[in-house]
Amino acid sequence: MLELQGLTRRFGAVTAVNDVNLSIPDGQMVGVIGRSGAGKSTLLRMINRLTEPSEGRIQYGGRDVTGLRGGELRRWRTDCAMIFQQFNLVQRLDVLTNVLVGRLNHRPGLMGTVTSLFKMFTAAERAMAIQALDRFDLAEVALQRADTLSGGQQQRVAICRALLQQPRLILADEPIASLDPRNAKTVMDALRQVNREDGLTVLTNLHHLNTARQYCDRIVAMQAGRVMFDGTPAELTSARVQEIYGVTEDEFEEQAQEAVNPAARPPLRTKPGLAVA
Amino acid sequence: MDTALPGPASAAVLRGESDFQAARRHRRRASLLWLVILALCLLLAARLSEMTPQALADGVPRIGEYFWRILPTLRWEVLFANWETDGSLAAWFYRLDKWAWLIFETSQMALLGTFFGTLIAFCLCFAAARNLAPTPWVFHLARRFLEFCRTVPEIVFALIFVWAFGIGPLAGILAIIIHTAGANGKLFAEVVENAETSAMEGVRAAGGNWFHRVRFGVLPQVAPNFLSYALLRFEINVRGASVLGFVGAGGIGEELYHVISFNYYEEISAIVVLIILSVAMIDLVSERLRHGLMAGGAARG
Repeated sequence: MLELQGLTRRFGAVTAVNDVNLSIPDGQMVGVIGRSGAGKSTLLRMINRLTEPSEGRIQYGGRDVTGLRGGELRRWRTDCAMIFQQFNLVQRLDVLTNVLVGRLNHRPGLMGTVTSLFKMFTAAERAMAIQALDRFDLAEVALQRADTLSGGQQQRVAICRALLQQPRLILADEPIASLDPRNAKTVMDALRQVNREDGLTVLTNLHHLNTARQYCDRIVAMQAGRVMFDGTPAELTSARVQEIYGVTEDEFEEQAQEAVNPAARPPLRTKPGLAVA
Repeated sequence: MDTALPGPASAAVLRGESDFQAARRHRRRASLLWLVILALCLLLAARLSEMTPQALADGVPRIGEYFWRILPTLRWEVLFANWETDGSLAAWFYRLDKWAWLIFETSQMALLGTFFGTLIAFCLCFAAARNLAPTPWVFHLARRFLEFCRTVPEIVFALIFVWAFGIGPLAGILAIIIHTAGANGKLFAEVVENAETSAMEGVRAAGGNWFHRVRFGVLPQVAPNFLSYALLRFEINVRGASVLGFVGAGGIGEELYHVISFNYYEEISAIVVLIILSVAMIDLVSERLRHGLMAGGAARG
């Protein structure tokens, strides 16, 4: 059970996430929807502690994870795997090594770190990685560089990396926003599959209401940092959407699309060059 | 390892593992070959340059001896006495006024040299970038010219210019300009080669000519890096300029050469301390500036 209590995050004068209270039982697939700036990403990033909460608590299985530091924090991050809109793979490394990144925090001690720096993974770990890749028909490309894959393939590699963390939950931040419809479907199917087969809790930000309705057990709608709706897909009718957001469903999707339009965001790839400083 | 392997190894795993092993064998063989070649080159280099453990062991104590000699004899009681008292700081730095002026001159040489050298580098770097060079011919010409500027040591240029323009800072400044043009031109060209091509394509698609592409497609992306490299080169040039005086090309170097060759031990240490202090100060300020630049660049996206 993941519990968020009064979770708040302020950036200067802006309150991105405002007093969010949610209880998510294990094994649920939850979709978080909302417009640009509704605080969806910040909410997910706070759970993984990539962003620090200003107020409130995050509890998992009765344990407070809000104040974890050092090794404890890294263990928590291993427990809640992140999937990113831009995949965040290491483009210049092969797929297999990218997936094995998920094992890094499972290699204890100084020797564990040293051997992983030399990419000395065990045959068992490689088998695990290839098995995960094979599950999503990617075993053939295991030795290719990540940047040779299509977006949909890369996102599924990212899911494999997440699975190798052996997490309890998966946090997916707009996993399909940069993908075409066909690839989007394979990625959503993959998320659904790990939710159903592995029993992992999946918390995903989405901007398509229909995708959320189709794949999720539960939908959370956010507006200006607050949770405005929390219920089943059936309960989120067109009338409810209009009531929450004051626009029709089509208009909502249009506005939400702006939120994930890559051109409107700062570039995610770091610029090459500049070896100094 | 807590890696739990679910079930027996599947066909995919077996095939994946054997592919991985094959790829790794191949990679290891290649790395081993290169390592052997590198080791041979290093051994050869050590042999030719007579860098033997014995020579090192013999020479190292003598470095310490030299340092011991150039140490000033300071006495606590009179540390802050006037310059006529032996053992005071003032006596150690008894020509501080002259040295400070020379160090200032050195930094001005570096400033002028860096400015004009970077200007030349800026003009040539776009032609010397593989992705922007108008024709292969221009590319090679620009590259070779920059190479020439950079590979001839500053001090050699300084010697030539002292012969042509006479003793003084002008020769040093010209030498720095040429070296800076070569070094920064190469770095700038590499930054340009790493720039995103999409903006360039956008400008080209809008009918822009080569200069438009450089100005609007590339320059906004690379300008922060250029500035950062220019500042770094300024730091390097201040250090470089302080030895150009050895051949009469102005700055503190002339004085340093003088006191070294006459074995004025205490004065050597005084000048070296001054150089270290001023270079450290310039380094600090320029590092601040560069970090500021990069932070600003990141904020602007």
